Amino acid sequence: MHFKIFRFDPDKDDKPYMKDYQIELEPSDRMLLDALVRIKEQDETLSVRRSCREGVCGSDAVNINGRNGLACITKLADLKEPVELRPLPGLPVIRDLIVDMTQFFNQYHSIRPYLINEDPPPERERLQSPQERDELDGLYECVLCACCSTACPSFWWNPDKYVGPAGLLQAYRFIADSRDQATGERLDNLEDPYRLFRCHTIMNCTDVCPKNLNPALAIGKIRSLLAKRSI
Amino acid sequence: MSLAVRTFDAVVVGAGGAGLRAALQLAEAGLRVAVLSKVFPTRSHTVAAQGGVGAALGNMGEDSWLWHMYDTVKGSDWMGDQDAIEFMCREAPRVVYELEHYGMPFDRNDDGTIYQRPFGGHSMNFGERPVQRSCCAADRTGHAMLHTLYQRNVRARTQFFVEWMALDLIRDAQGEVLGVTALEMETGEVSILQARATLFATGGAGRIYASTTNAFINTGDGPGMAARAGSPLEDMEFWQFHPTGVAGAGVLITEGVRGEGGYLLNKNGERFMERYAPNLKDLASRDVVSRAMATEIKEGRGAGKDGDYLLLKLDHLGPEVIDKRLPGIREIAIKFANADPVKDPIPVVPTVHYMMGGIATNYLGEVVAPAGGNPNALVPRFYAAGECACASVHGANRLGTNSLTDLLVFGKAAGDALIRFLAANPGTKDLPKDAAERTLARLSRLESQKGGEAVPEVGREMRRIMQLHCGVFRFPDTLAEGVRRIREVADRATRTELRDKSRIFNTARVEALELDNLVEVARASMVSAAARQESRGAHDRSDFPERDDRNWLKHTLWYKEGDRLEYKPVNLKPLTAQTIEPKVRTY
Repeated sequence: MHFKIFRFDPDKDDKPYMKDYQIELEPSDRMLLDALVRIKEQDETLSVRRSCREGVCGSDAVNINGRNGLACITKLADLKEPVELRPLPGLPVIRDLIVDMTQFFNQYHSIRPYLINEDPPPERERLQSPQERDELDGLYECVLCACCSTACPSFWWNPDKYVGPAGLLQAYRFIADSRDQATGERLDNLEDPYRLFRCHTIMNCTDVCPKNLNPALAIGKIRSLLAKRSI
Repeated sequence: MSLAVRTFDAVVVGAGGAGLRAALQLAEAGLRVAVLSKVFPTRSHTVAAQGGVGAALGNMGEDSWLWHMYDTVKGSDWMGDQDAIEFMCREAPRVVYELEHYGMPFDRNDDGTIYQRPFGGHSMNFGERPVQRSCCAADRTGHAMLHTLYQRNVRARTQFFVEWMALDLIRDAQGEVLGVTALEMETGEVSILQARATLFATGGAGRIYASTTNAFINTGDGPGMAARAGSPLEDMEFWQFHPTGVAGAGVLITEGVRGEGGYLLNKNGERFMERYAPNLKDLASRDVVSRAMATEIKEGRGAGKDGDYLLLKLDHLGPEVIDKRLPGIREIAIKFANADPVKDPIPVVPTVHYMMGGIATNYLGEVVAPAGGNPNALVPRFYAAGECACASVHGANRLGTNSLTDLLVFGKAAGDALIRFLAANPGTKDLPKDAAERTLARLSRLESQKGGEAVPEVGREMRRIMQLHCGVFRFPDTLAEGVRRIREVADRATRTELRDKSRIFNTARVEALELDNLVEVARASMVSAAARQESRGAHDRSDFPERDDRNWLKHTLWYKEGDRLEYKPVNLKPLTAQTIEPKVRTY
């Protein structure tokens, strides 16, 4: 199978280049990550992040034939050759397919990604009805892979000021939690021309999410809460 | 060559469940803590835990920590220390409630309490019938837990060193642990993290095997570092084969599938677990189910054209239950097995999953080693928790859900023990002159080695040998041969050649350094397995088919130097409860 992979090692390369790889696959090689592991056995200088190899840790997000995805759950059989692999767009490249995710995590941290409830905790669990718990489905499953935020033109232009779809999805995850008491502050934190309102509903986020989550819907819900609050 | 030194109150190595739970104690106590992780914390392998965390909350009916304790002791085939098991089972409800207070999105019952599902080996009233004890968030419990713990650490302003790999433990002439050397992957810089106390929470080492549910990062870094620094590894012969890894891919399918009512079939469509465990059937302990499956395959009743897997049937649960309780499994089965479980069974095989052994600790998470006649003398300033540690609660076979219980309870306990120690022992000890010597020697060997083998080649051979010689069933001749061959591999690992010399995010160098840890764990496992002449829990020998309490009710301690083995007694005395006396183990 034929691959073209973005290569750049600042220790020895003046500028990035695309390198061709032609590899023999085994029948057991099902996913793109399997192929990357094989390529690395031939050429150990290729640097990639990877860990769980089953789509739950979020390490191996890359741009695959122009579209962001997780290498470990992208089927080789579905890919058109040559398979072009590039680092996630919009973030600084550290080396090869590894990007610097600092801005992405800064935005995640900026939404206060933890439950806020100042009441003294009860002896046992706080109660939550199954219906209240259902509100968290489609939100808590995010793996922080950054496929969505780095597919978002608004995030490309303003990664320092716009929270981006991943951070906003998590902001809504806490707003939607019946146990959280900080909805007002959370909305204040987002009521800003950049932090929330740079979203122009391009919908790339929802389109690429490898976990089939819908950040655009969550952003819409935050907007409508803000609208309701202002009347 | 001198390295930069950073100084902290405590260094935590690993940011999975145990590391994050410990770090939370330390950060909230106001200590200066550095948490090192090879990956961003939420990418740690706790994220892949599926089925739940065990705690006798009694939300679904009557339950008791005493029953949980009984099940755990029996599950361990009496190899677990009963003080540690009592401590874990008593503390379990408290740490689960804490996690809920931190925001963990547990599934709920109609009355608003946490939903609990049945799981293998968990029973009511000392083995009578299955109990619902596993607190879960669909089949993504580990993911929900790891993110919740990370989020709580963000709130506590814990200081993380992300994509830093600890390389070696620093000990002084008195044997006290004074921190670690570590590699910052992005820059390639190596420095010393000096600490008044060091806590290991580095997780498992399933990557010593060819077929494993474990992530690439599970390379036994903690046990490897501890072994190189002279600490013994306990009970390394006990490796859990999870009954249901996706055939060919190794990806985990939670026992929660069987907890929710799924069951295993052989090629004749027979529900064969009824023959092996008439009472708990598919919810027997994992070692029992894995052995039954391996027997079915061996005797020609496996499914598929090569007869090398079995079938996990759950379509009868209906799409509503599957989508509500097991959505992640459906996703995995479709992606990795081309089988949609709402209509087709999932092809599964027993797959290496969990290291019951590890760095020897007591029930407070303090690392221990024999000294001066005391088999459990403290190794000063050294703590360990989670899969890398051996408290020992899992003994010869871990019960499902107890890994998450373990990492919460012992992560917290180790953090607390460390805090108490620092309060009683102010001041920082000076580093020895040779603090970084071992690390620098390893690195310079890697830089200068010419004409050696590539790391993946040696790694592949190690995984093949472990798989072949130290599997579900173990035989005297293959074990002896396994010891010889794994020593050969360990030797080859000292002559690997690194072709990529770049400083920047050099993952080839990381993999070479990981191999050093993997081979220690592999060697410890094979040597310990060859020496244990009985069958107990996950250790099953054809030449010694019975458990032998008279001679072998004792923990193995493996020392790197000379592959030396020692043994120490199993603690059969709980903290407050009555001893659960060894008896024949049936399900």
